[in-house]
Amino acid sequence: MSTLIKGARPYGEGDPVDVLVEDGVITAIGAIDVPEDAEVIDAAGQVLLPGFVDLHTHLREPGREDTETIDSGSAAAALGGYTAVFAMANTDPVADNAVIVDHVWRRGQEVGLVDVHPVGAVTVGLKGEKLAELGTMANSQARVKVFSDDGLCVADPLLMRRALEYSTALDVVIAQHAEEPRLTVGAQAHEGERAARLGYTGWPAAAEESIVARDCLLALHANARLHVCHVSTSGTADVLRWAKDRGTKVSAEVTPHHLLLTDERLATYDPVNKVNPPLRTESDAEKLRTALADGTIDCVATDHAPHAVQDKDTEWTAARPGMLGLQTALSIVTETMVRTGLLDWRGVARVMSERPAEIGNLADQGRPIAVGEPANLALVDPDAEWTVRGAELASIAANTPYEGMRLPGVVTATLLRGRITARDGKIG
Amino acid sequence: MKHLLATDGLDPAVATAVLDTADELKHTLLGREVKKLPTLRGRTVVTLFYENSTRTRVSFEIAGKWMSADVINVSASSSSVNKGESLRDTALTLAAAGADCVIVRHPASGAAQRLAGWLAEPGTSVVNAGDGTHEHPTQALLDAATLRERLGSLKDRRIAIVGDVLHSRVARSNIHLLAALGAEVVLVAPPTLLPYGVESLPVTVSHDLDAELPAVDAVMMLRVQAERMHGGFFPSAREYSIAYGLSERRQKLLPDHAVVLHPGPMLRGMEIASAVADSPASAITEQVRNGVHVRMAVLYHLLASEGAAA
Repeated sequence: MSTLIKGARPYGEGDPVDVLVEDGVITAIGAIDVPEDAEVIDAAGQVLLPGFVDLHTHLREPGREDTETIDSGSAAAALGGYTAVFAMANTDPVADNAVIVDHVWRRGQEVGLVDVHPVGAVTVGLKGEKLAELGTMANSQARVKVFSDDGLCVADPLLMRRALEYSTALDVVIAQHAEEPRLTVGAQAHEGERAARLGYTGWPAAAEESIVARDCLLALHANARLHVCHVSTSGTADVLRWAKDRGTKVSAEVTPHHLLLTDERLATYDPVNKVNPPLRTESDAEKLRTALADGTIDCVATDHAPHAVQDKDTEWTAARPGMLGLQTALSIVTETMVRTGLLDWRGVARVMSERPAEIGNLADQGRPIAVGEPANLALVDPDAEWTVRGAELASIAANTPYEGMRLPGVVTATLLRGRITARDGKIG
Repeated sequence: MKHLLATDGLDPAVATAVLDTADELKHTLLGREVKKLPTLRGRTVVTLFYENSTRTRVSFEIAGKWMSADVINVSASSSSVNKGESLRDTALTLAAAGADCVIVRHPASGAAQRLAGWLAEPGTSVVNAGDGTHEHPTQALLDAATLRERLGSLKDRRIAIVGDVLHSRVARSNIHLLAALGAEVVLVAPPTLLPYGVESLPVTVSHDLDAELPAVDAVMMLRVQAERMHGGFFPSAREYSIAYGLSERRQKLLPDHAVVLHPGPMLRGMEIASAVADSPASAITEQVRNGVHVRMAVLYHLLASEGAAA
């Protein structure tokens, strides 16, 4: 089985070339005659990138299959250009044991649209009291590489220290949802002028920054790897820069929504804009963009969080936090990073594929577009635009904050080990 | 006026028209034995209260009844809300049953705004009777009516709002309305009871009540809720009372013409001394009386008049 991608520009650089994929591997790059029986994708000068890797996805299975399943979430991922996603542990039941993580892994392989790597919980039941069996999960069929209590912070400093120390023997990374719980009791929105005016209980930036600072100190002390989920404040970027400069093995992600949206959205009172950590200010968003461009923040992760209508079409405080992200991520990155000149397409490959694959320890993802490499690829039309309609997205839930927005950058094809998983907006 | 959701952004001309209507209604009803006007006959007004309330709910109910509207009271504890019905479904049910106006009190900031969005299609008017720690616009209007009565105009008057501004929807509504009507507002509170970003509001801030009192035309005392006293916002009720309570000694620092307001319910001896609350400077019972007229005027502008004019 072979596929020929005709006239693509790898990393958006140089003249268009043809890329031949055979048996899941890139076998030739150059001017290539169409082989017999080959499927042809006419790229017409579009940008060819390594398939995207999302370190932070909520697929909701098991537990909330009314909002997303591994099936529907995999489809959304493939359509968004992803070839691997990390499914967060806060399912019901929680992915804090080998049975659940293996189930998620196997379901992902059965669906076959994207590699679904389960994230294991750091603590039993996400309760923040007792370490989960990290070793058993790391050595299970799913080979869990990332552990996180995401949605909740591992707030107890001693427990976090133990988790970091313990992880060093397993070559895994602890991904922290940085939120000091005592500083965010009842928090509803970024603590700033807008929340003050609208009477929302504030979620102060310091509640994130203080945990990130603490964890960086602990990670350095333990010589452990720490990954910081969804960085949302300017101050966190400063802390990360400081920690990296002194040799801490810390990596960090930023979500597309924190790059684009701000707490200006609070005035709508529409909880489609409610997310944790909350949308911050314009100056935070600006700082996050430059931090992503200069490598202080390593990568983009979606924090794709499907929610049912009844959990969103409510008063603000009753709504669950989170928003869809898999199918809009590339477009938001195009809008905020490429069109602004902060990143070229090679930079996009770095933040959406290469760095997340390294952080998640995936040997076959985020690889160079070169002969002999696995054909995990995303083809992007950088000039096309599209209008977001939540109901038309592949997710079961439709809670997108970009409803009706016209966005640049369209994923026209996704290949997973040579197999076309999405093409022209349809599942392959 | 289609809804009354907030004073933030409320056109001062509309606010003034409501206050003028309230004045007219008050004088029309003055000395009448039968306090009923036929204006809203056949209109249905529902009060939908998700929090306990005596004065606001009763005030709206009386206002509706004096305007001859049919007033129906729904409280969360005795309705389908207890069965888990969402705010949206409850609102649509009330609209479908024929409510012309829903007066809502809800613990979530922004709830009234959401309700207005959901009820845009049935065309039901929404009045915010207090949403979380956001706004309580009719309270601000009745405070403004009371201050206008006592002081004449609000233009260039200086009003101190004292106490738990952070958690107070009364304070937020008053800040915006008083500023829109030309008054200067000074907030006097411990830093822990002021919202982060307070400097973005049209106010000045002080932590020294004694220093502020001689220059103000009115002082509005806010209630300190019991749960705040134990929430670590200040060391003790005693220390709070000493620093921010309106004692008899402090009252003497006020100019003779200055008015004392309190939205109620009062904690006598805590934020306000009994003797001050009952003194001639106090307009606390007038606030309640004016509340009915202001709410009549609001209902009138929402349901009876085309446009904003009376």
